[in-house]
Amino acid sequence: MSRAIILYLHVHQPFRIRHYTIFDAGKNHDYFFTMPYEDRTSNERIIHKVAEKSYLPTNAKLLELLHRYPEFRLSISITGTVIEQLEMWSPMTLQSFKDLIDTGRVEIVGETYHHSLAFFYNQQEFETQVAMHRKKVQEVFGKTPAVFRNTELAYNNDLAYWADKAGYKGILAEGWDPILGWRSPNFVYRPSYTENIRLLMKNYRLSDDIAFRFSNRNWSEWPLTADKFTHWLNETHDGTNFNLFMDYETFGEHQWDDSGIFNFLHHLPEQWLKTPGNTFMTVSEAIDAYEPVDYVDMPYTVTWADTERDLSAWLGNRMQQQAIHALYDLHDKIIGSKDLQLIEDYRRLQTSDHFYYMCTKWFNDGDIHAYFSPYENPYEAFIAFMNAYHDMKFRLNEKGIEV
Amino acid sequence: MKVLMLGWELPPYNSGGLGVACYQLCKALSKKNIDIEFVLPYNHDHPIDFMKVTAAHPQDVKAIKMSGIAYDSYKYIFADGHEEYLSLTEQQSLYERAVAQLVKYGKYDVIHAHDWLTFRAALRARQITRAPLIVHIHSVERDRAGGNDGNPYVREIESIGLLMADKIIAVSEHTKRCIMRDYDIPGDKIEVIHNSIDSEGLEPLDEHNAYQYLSAMKQQGHKVVVSIGRLTMQKNLPNLLRAAKEVIARAPKTLFLIVGSGEQYFELIEQAAELGISRNVIFTGFQRGKNWRDAYAIGDVFVMPSISEPFGLTPLEAISYGTPVVISKQSGVSEVIKNCLKVDFWDVNELANQITAIVMNDSLRDELHDNSYHEFVNLSWDNSAHKLANIYRRHYAEAAA
Repeated sequence: MSRAIILYLHVHQPFRIRHYTIFDAGKNHDYFFTMPYEDRTSNERIIHKVAEKSYLPTNAKLLELLHRYPEFRLSISITGTVIEQLEMWSPMTLQSFKDLIDTGRVEIVGETYHHSLAFFYNQQEFETQVAMHRKKVQEVFGKTPAVFRNTELAYNNDLAYWADKAGYKGILAEGWDPILGWRSPNFVYRPSYTENIRLLMKNYRLSDDIAFRFSNRNWSEWPLTADKFTHWLNETHDGTNFNLFMDYETFGEHQWDDSGIFNFLHHLPEQWLKTPGNTFMTVSEAIDAYEPVDYVDMPYTVTWADTERDLSAWLGNRMQQQAIHALYDLHDKIIGSKDLQLIEDYRRLQTSDHFYYMCTKWFNDGDIHAYFSPYENPYEAFIAFMNAYHDMKFRLNEKGIEV
Repeated sequence: MKVLMLGWELPPYNSGGLGVACYQLCKALSKKNIDIEFVLPYNHDHPIDFMKVTAAHPQDVKAIKMSGIAYDSYKYIFADGHEEYLSLTEQQSLYERAVAQLVKYGKYDVIHAHDWLTFRAALRARQITRAPLIVHIHSVERDRAGGNDGNPYVREIESIGLLMADKIIAVSEHTKRCIMRDYDIPGDKIEVIHNSIDSEGLEPLDEHNAYQYLSAMKQQGHKVVVSIGRLTMQKNLPNLLRAAKEVIARAPKTLFLIVGSGEQYFELIEQAAELGISRNVIFTGFQRGKNWRDAYAIGDVFVMPSISEPFGLTPLEAISYGTPVVISKQSGVSEVIKNCLKVDFWDVNELANQITAIVMNDSLRDELHDNSYHEFVNLSWDNSAHKLANIYRRHYAEAAA
């Protein structure tokens, strides 16, 4: 039987909140745009930077591989917030994503438009955002997602139950050991309490070899070559599908060009396809090709982040809790206001990145959280967010809505 | 290794942070087998057993009465009974002469001098003993002059001391930059050794806070913003009051507690009245002991907006007493503590923005405090002493070679 690499890449950029102070609140309702171009929070600058370092070279490389190897396939997810920013500031980059999709061998995975954690706070809002994303993907790419992934791969039985009822054929989750137990992530599974849907679980060891360890010279396996990597896969006899799930920005942004990451990508299909029976599949193709081997029960929420694999990077401290509860407490009034700009701002503030920037867990170590934050510290992220929140309350008050 | 340490004050007879820093540093050094003779310009019974404390003043002086204010004249009582107020310059001359006498009879491997007040004595001692001279900069004249040039006489002494020294210790990167900028000293001659705090050495709080009125107001939902320090230009309190007006406009239940005395005292009281915020601003004057500790403890946030603060110990004390801090980016302590809010001293709006956020969000206050306290308990003078001991050894070895 054939064995497949399931490469799935996630494309996302939030609308970062500018340095929005208490003096702006009640006066200037623009949270995301009027910052100097050089500012750390400038979304336009970041889009240009990421497009240049990651999206454009990666898309060019992927398109080349798709042309060269008829068996090469992959899946991507792309949030509404990044599509909008590409439309505004880098249409050329958006076109390069369309070119990939147009090959017919790149599948788009569904998610929330705003990369939010709405599933855990407001089911109705969650469903609206999923529908918005579906519509946007249909408009821009002419495709309808058949497989679902939630923000940060945050997954539990309830989500699988919802996705099953919503008609998705598959759903993605982290292949976290305490859940898998003795089982391997390299098979197709079924979520407990569901009827039709299938579950694909990230092989985090193999994925992180590329996404996190690739350029780490202290890693015993450095340097990682496509030859070595595919050798590991060939030597792994349990499993049909190797689920390599990672951020798109792995290529060129998290792992820089000079680390050799594009070279790795360039040689991956060549090395893997050398062995007869080896192939690539999109997530839907894997679900169609392989029978599920077992049920997987996930009563609590598992994500793809940090050593804890829970939501603590977004909701672990008091600021994060206060901020997200304050935001969702305004839900009914904001939706009821029928003010489309206010509703859109509310949704942009739901993007999980805002809460991630408030994470204090490893602020002291100056690690990955700090690297990806456009703020000097988690407290400034919180202050800007809460000032925007106060402004939304002000806007509701202006409309005669008591808050 | 025998070190001749030249200082101007030690607690409890100190006017500010310099004495505290010298005391803590020497205590940590003594644990590294460094034999210190600490020379002061006055004699007092210090309860100190980890080093020798020597008074250096002429034999005919019986006692010196200090005013408790930095850089003030001291009253010298002479053996023949007559009394005289001596200026800082005259005090320095006497100190220099006495140190010159002292070093003739002792053997010292290294001379370590703290701030410009001791530099004249240090240069004399170096000339006589030929031991390597390390000067330790706790502040430069521009800091003390609130960003202006300051006293040219002081600058001249600082300049000569910095040029003649074999090594310069700065209490922060901020101070190192000031030394390079103001005195054209190359960076590789300057080593940064941060001040620290002895987390076990602080007096504990008791059950009842001295500020009963503020406690009662807090029960009713008020928040308290505290500032402790000399009311002098360097500390930038006029900007704090301007920010206070903005904070109170948005969070009317905010009270500002200003602890300290200094030449701006009356002008700040007037300024608060002019801004129309006198009802929310409380001036306590200078406080010591319990009233001083409890001022830290009553705060929801402590603010140090200084124009230039070579190090700045008060934020660490505030954190130790349970209060998170907003500090100026132009301070050395901002290089040491990460979990705090930092603001440019001139940015009144940002200062107001940060204070407002803290008084309006307990979650922000509590996260800031818990995380900064975690940093605080891991601070110690031990690292600083370790670095300094290595510098002593290196220069001693070079001098011997």
